Amino acid sequence: MKTKMKTHSKPGVSLQKKSFWTIFKQQKILYLMSLPFVAWVFVFNYLPLGGWVMAFQNYRPGLGFFEQEWVGFQQFIELFQDERFYLVLRNTIVMSVMGLTVGFTVPIMFAVLLNEIRLKAFKRTVQTVSYLPHFVSWVIVAGIVTKMLSVDGGVINDLLVAVGLLDQPVQFMTKGEYFWVIVTLADLWKEMGWNSIIFLAAIAGIDPQLYEAAKVDGASRFRQIWHITLTGIRPTILVVLILSIGNLITIGFEKQFLLGNPTVVNFSEVLELYALNYGIGLGRFSYGTAIGIFNSLVSIMLLFIANGIFKRYANQSVM
Amino acid sequence: MSKLGRNRLTKGDRIFDFVNYTFLILVFVVTLYPFLNVLAISLNDSTDTVRGGIHIWPREFTLENYKTIFEYDNLVTGLINSILRTVLGTVLGVFSSAMVAFTLSRSDFQGRKFVSIFIVLTLYFSGGLIPGYMLMRELNLINTFWVYILPGMVNAFNIIIVRSFMDGLPYALQESAKMDGASDFTIFWRIVMPLCMPVLATIALFVAVGQWNAWFDTYLYNSSNPSLTTLQYELMKILQNTNMGASDANSFRGVAGEEAAKQVSPESIKMAISMVTIIPILLVYPFLQKYFVQGMTLGAVKS
Repeated sequence: MKTKMKTHSKPGVSLQKKSFWTIFKQQKILYLMSLPFVAWVFVFNYLPLGGWVMAFQNYRPGLGFFEQEWVGFQQFIELFQDERFYLVLRNTIVMSVMGLTVGFTVPIMFAVLLNEIRLKAFKRTVQTVSYLPHFVSWVIVAGIVTKMLSVDGGVINDLLVAVGLLDQPVQFMTKGEYFWVIVTLADLWKEMGWNSIIFLAAIAGIDPQLYEAAKVDGASRFRQIWHITLTGIRPTILVVLILSIGNLITIGFEKQFLLGNPTVVNFSEVLELYALNYGIGLGRFSYGTAIGIFNSLVSIMLLFIANGIFKRYANQSVM
Repeated sequence: MSKLGRNRLTKGDRIFDFVNYTFLILVFVVTLYPFLNVLAISLNDSTDTVRGGIHIWPREFTLENYKTIFEYDNLVTGLINSILRTVLGTVLGVFSSAMVAFTLSRSDFQGRKFVSIFIVLTLYFSGGLIPGYMLMRELNLINTFWVYILPGMVNAFNIIIVRSFMDGLPYALQESAKMDGASDFTIFWRIVMPLCMPVLATIALFVAVGQWNAWFDTYLYNSSNPSLTTLQYELMKILQNTNMGASDANSFRGVAGEEAAKQVSPESIKMAISMVTIIPILLVYPFLQKYFVQGMTLGAVKS
């Protein structure tokens, strides 16, 4: 196939009417600099997609690809007949939606409130500290959360008992009904500051004269926040919403893995952990892959639902 | 308060400010307290820690906990592996991102569109856990150090960030170098790379933090090989053991041996190990803050 030539946009270099191979030779260094990495990406990102066919086989290690037994949709049928699957699906959806809602709105609020602070040093200190947890691993965060919520000496229990909200310490980490909230709040603690960076940058771009004018007109602080700050960062809010909805695809399992324990497993197990336990734990690779494929489908569905709601209430589509 | 007085504060403003400051101080305390608490417990005499009630200041100061954890072989191996993978992973990751980004920023590069789409698509899908695991098995990467470095080396997100920074550089610099007969690689290495230091620092931080904090790949691929363990994985095992309800003393015996278990509280040990994994990040992070704020803003705006 002959490649169509584009007229070059940069002045001084003209590349008109040369064949693909002539240019290829001229640009061989550029090709050398990127094609090895394309091959890399192919191996590590595209090849695993080929593994999806395993879901339609009954994969046995040691046999070649074509020697495997083909079973059609049997893995999926088995999956849909497993009671546990529906529990895990519920957990996945609930935690995704909770995480999206809280993880998207609170950083905006935080950025707006921070912007109202006029003491520069105070503002900078709070900001710097708020980014910190983002850089710490979930292993550490899970350790910290467990420590803070523990019965003996956990600061949360101590505080709640001291103010009289609790009669005696509660074993938060062993109560399934608290697990979703704990995961959501832990995530908020870890990422709130980090996620607010982009909103703060957007707020910094708003013309200060707008505030001056509003003040002259006697607008209250709330009106200023509503009409100037939030209106000013509306495009950024939309971009971030799109990105967070996009991230529903990768809700992950790290938090659930690290914060969960056998007593709350009915609330903490998500699809990916379920795939991990069956697929690798029990060596049922085909079944695990089927769960993985279903996980992707659920994520895409969540994306469409979120997009639909968004379209309806914000009259704007992200896809 | 004279700074605020300039703007004729109404009563509503004062209430707003009061509530706002209170709220943000609360956020500040809630964010910082756990770190200070971990630090204080790690520096407190281990047997004393069991009595509880330590908040942000050690009651009986000691460095004994830190000494103890460095006598634990797995932890030292883990520390070395974590440092190795962080350094190597960061150097290779930054270099590969910069190189690919450079070719994508060259509007005369005819393979640009193909390479760009091929790489960006990976942001939107992945094969999933099991196929990924099978691939590592096929490639014989399981039970090797390379499983930490190779799979994530070429990262689409980092390439996009670097590329959008390079797009902002004046093209004239490259052009005049070309006139002088510099090859494309020389231009990249001598002219573009030095100008990209701010953005390279940003993604270096991202990659380094990712490598330092990783534990799942050790769990999944290398858990049967103690010589390939990582710091986060060791910490994970210790913290999870206590989560599972094993008695503190038992889980600690696994860590530092019977003898030490009699003298040192596991709580303080756990917190000391936690501190060892937090400290490196605490050290680099303030210096890089300026860069990553820039990098984040840039990356998000462009994509």
